[in-house]
Amino acid sequence: MRTFDGYPRDDGPAGVRNYVAVIPTSVTASPVATAIADRSAENVRATPHQMGSDPPEATREQVERTLAGVGSNPNVGAALVVGLGTEATDVDDIADAVAATGRDVETLSIREAGGTAAAVDEGSELARSLREGISGARREERDADELVFAVECGGSDATSGIAANPAVGAACDRLVRDGGTATFSETPEFIGAEHVLAERCADEAVRERLLDRVERREATAELMGVDLRGAQPSPGNQEGGLTTIEEKSLGAISKGGTTPVRGIVDYAERLPVGGGLVLMDTPGYDIESVVGKVAGGAQVVAFTTGRGSTTGNPLAPVIKVTGNPKTADRLAANVDVDASDVIDGEPIDAVGERIYETLLAVAGGERTAAERRHLEEFAVNELQPNELASLRGDA
Amino acid sequence: MKGTVLGDAGLHMTAQDNVVTAIDDLETGTEIPYDGVTVELDEAVPFGHKIALVAMEPGDAVVKYGETIGEAVEPIAPGEWVHTHNCESRRGRGDRAANDGEVA
Repeated sequence: MRTFDGYPRDDGPAGVRNYVAVIPTSVTASPVATAIADRSAENVRATPHQMGSDPPEATREQVERTLAGVGSNPNVGAALVVGLGTEATDVDDIADAVAATGRDVETLSIREAGGTAAAVDEGSELARSLREGISGARREERDADELVFAVECGGSDATSGIAANPAVGAACDRLVRDGGTATFSETPEFIGAEHVLAERCADEAVRERLLDRVERREATAELMGVDLRGAQPSPGNQEGGLTTIEEKSLGAISKGGTTPVRGIVDYAERLPVGGGLVLMDTPGYDIESVVGKVAGGAQVVAFTTGRGSTTGNPLAPVIKVTGNPKTADRLAANVDVDASDVIDGEPIDAVGERIYETLLAVAGGERTAAERRHLEEFAVNELQPNELASLRGDA
Repeated sequence: MKGTVLGDAGLHMTAQDNVVTAIDDLETGTEIPYDGVTVELDEAVPFGHKIALVAMEPGDAVVKYGETIGEAVEPIAPGEWVHTHNCESRRGRGDRAANDGEVA
């Protein structure tokens, strides 16, 4: 069994970081959360986002599930939930859900504090006290089976499906063999490759659920009487040599490796620990998709890119992998693993081992390029009108 | 790497594929040996893009990774660049469904 040095948690797997999360419930509370984190020590991290204060019911439920999941991520030791005080998205509901995991949680109302400046003062004090509460945590050796490893691809080109994705997939296979969980998402990017995934589903129920989710995403395009071309693959993907969504998908799914698909969960739903390969049903937007998996409990993310992507996450370290030699060169300071030697003949399995070693080192505290550069993008997926209609049964 | 490199120019991912992926920026006239013949590029093809190994007619499946990635919408000659101008997706085609009158 491979191991990493993590922060043991009472309620579940070890964290790979030990953060105080400052979680705003709305776009309005987001600048205050950011200001609190900016004023505080480095391990106080804000998750600012664009969600409105009074969203439709289904949207609100998804936002609350996401924020509660983020606050309960193993990398979070304690949380501060910040609201303006008028939001339908409830500060207390989110705080209670996080507190139920045994974490220290505080809440802050900007209205009750007496405005934004007073709220930043009060919030900074609360964050300091929460930070003191978790400062005694020490890393201990933990088995790799406690890891939930999220994989993502963005800015894909032809090298993604040839080099970076299969190499990350080989790392997923290693982690699954060691008893851990690997997960990938972006259901629109299963279109044209779902038959390959369906054949690998562990049982009939998982297979049906997977095919149903893909059909739902594809129907979105058909309902609107348009096609996916122009958006999937994106203009950038096309410039990088990807012609159709089928080609993009067939390359994309290789980042999950080759093991059986054990399940498919909803956006931001809790991912099983020790669960093998599990998919998450998300849209194809990188930042929202990464956040969904972090809300599901992923402690570390690997993000493959062909054309280049520099994004990170406030709470989970993001390991950047590229299979494109030009990107490896141009964005050297933003890339953690150069997988482009695959194209010159380095075996995929050897690169997979390098990525697995990087995963364990990063889990043990080694900083990624995105962490060193404070790249901490965060966004919550907002259900679109047609998705809301379909949830209500109108469509 | 999975697949076979043909003529140091094109990556053939599986034996069933009827296209190869350029592993460098390839110039007009680059020769790719395939199945006992030589396929010659009639135009420059950038790194990562695809080249037809065989002749295709509209409606023929374009195969990469051993899977259908779309269909030819123009006649394609061996050595021709295969991309959005002559190959289209078969999936997520709300536009085709609309033309067929399947969507109100």
